[in-house]
Amino acid sequence: MQTITIVGGSVAGVRSAEALRAAGYDGRLLLVGDDPHRPYDRPPLSKAFLAGGVDEDAIALLDDVEVAELALEMRLGVRAARLDPAGGAVELADGSTIATDGVVVATGGRARRLPGTEGVAGVHTLRTLDDARALRAELRAGSPRVVVVGGGFIGAEVASTCRAMGLDVTVLDGLPLPMAPVLGPRIARHCVDLHAEHGTDLRPGAAVSGFATAPTADGPRVVGVELGDGTTVPADVVVVGIGIAPNTEWLDGSGLAVANGVVTDAGMVTDLPAVVAVGDVARWGPGAAGRRHEHWTSAGEQAAVAAANLLAGRTEATFRPTGYVWSEQYGRMLQLAGHPSAEDHVDVVDGEPDAGRFVARYVDAEGTTTGVFGMGDPRTFGRVRRSELRRRAAAA
Amino acid sequence: MIYVGELADIPVGESVRVQGSVAIAVFNADGELYAIDDTCTHQDASLSDGWLEGCAVECPLHAACFDLRTGQPSGPPAKKPVRTHRVTVDDGLVYVEETVRVEARELARAE
Repeated sequence: MQTITIVGGSVAGVRSAEALRAAGYDGRLLLVGDDPHRPYDRPPLSKAFLAGGVDEDAIALLDDVEVAELALEMRLGVRAARLDPAGGAVELADGSTIATDGVVVATGGRARRLPGTEGVAGVHTLRTLDDARALRAELRAGSPRVVVVGGGFIGAEVASTCRAMGLDVTVLDGLPLPMAPVLGPRIARHCVDLHAEHGTDLRPGAAVSGFATAPTADGPRVVGVELGDGTTVPADVVVVGIGIAPNTEWLDGSGLAVANGVVTDAGMVTDLPAVVAVGDVARWGPGAAGRRHEHWTSAGEQAAVAAANLLAGRTEATFRPTGYVWSEQYGRMLQLAGHPSAEDHVDVVDGEPDAGRFVARYVDAEGTTTGVFGMGDPRTFGRVRRSELRRRAAAA
Repeated sequence: MIYVGELADIPVGESVRVQGSVAIAVFNADGELYAIDDTCTHQDASLSDGWLEGCAVECPLHAACFDLRTGQPSGPPAKKPVRTHRVTVDDGLVYVEETVRVEARELARAE
């Protein structure tokens, strides 16, 4: 291959560039991204960056020296509009075309929005650096009452950051027990309890039915979130954290199979051997068992596998996810590894859940450890994870 | 010199954290003692909580690996080295001598 184009400039795209060079690829390497900013790391956007503890430089994925070392041509601030595999081209929204031999699809996803929030000031999603800047600016203006819609990781992290800034926070989640489908009821309960312990008003089972707005000179602005029971929760700032939708529209007509993500085999290779997909946009694995991993660690693990297979021209390596996920809430590190089911039995192996510091393992019906969860104790989590879960070395 | 503790209290494969001008982690890697800055250069995490493998420690949060001898990261997500510090053992007592900051990578690039 003489030219490889990576479409998408977040961690999956950047790790792909690094993996391709590490694997010996010395041809032309381009990275195209619709975000106008230099590639940056998203996890801090809901934590330290939102709080103001770190700046753009601290979350940069690549500096000038690294871009030069990778011999990476970057086309930022322009969206990929179409993939033409037969013609060997990626067409960009500015009308230009990149002739390419190989393509890495790393277009990620965009934050899902709620109906009725279009054009309403004060309603935010949090996915990009610009999103985080805009939210940060509003959080710092006076002492806004914050309502977070969605009690998943992003919502919980935003709530935690807002509480640390001294703001009143309400979290609305439709489930009777947020996080339970992912973490199981017992671990979810311990996570959810952190909200109340830190003064966040969590309202589980809350159905958002609409938004109350007030007219301003600049158009409507949110003043409350309306619930299905007819009540309204007053709000100056609303953050909607209800997941992402994969960015696959640009692949329409390309011939690639798309079904809630770009369909790949176990090695991140699409129907076309010269096109691989990585990160949040990739739906890997066979048929109905295929799934997307919207996780930072998976993006890097997938990039190494995809790069190897793209250069080989066929699937030689397969993706074996560690399932590692972390979150930081109310000064505590939450860590999960493996692939537990919500129905698995939970054993606390160290610490005190009620003290907010413990490590537990998930055990399935056959007695096999399927996952390890830790709260507030990275050291013990790491040791239990290694002893309980067979873990290959992290892909470089 | 910063007093770390008794050698017998830092078994092979273990680490302790002491406070210099910043937190410093001291490791016992197969009988050799090493000291590096405790805070991962990627994102805030304590390397003394990390996993020791040979002469490298893996950050407990995002798996950045640092060479205990040089402080250099082996690859993403960390880019910048941690400082290394001299460790001495005197009569069974362990001490660390904190180094002045050397941006080893910057120097290497300047060469």
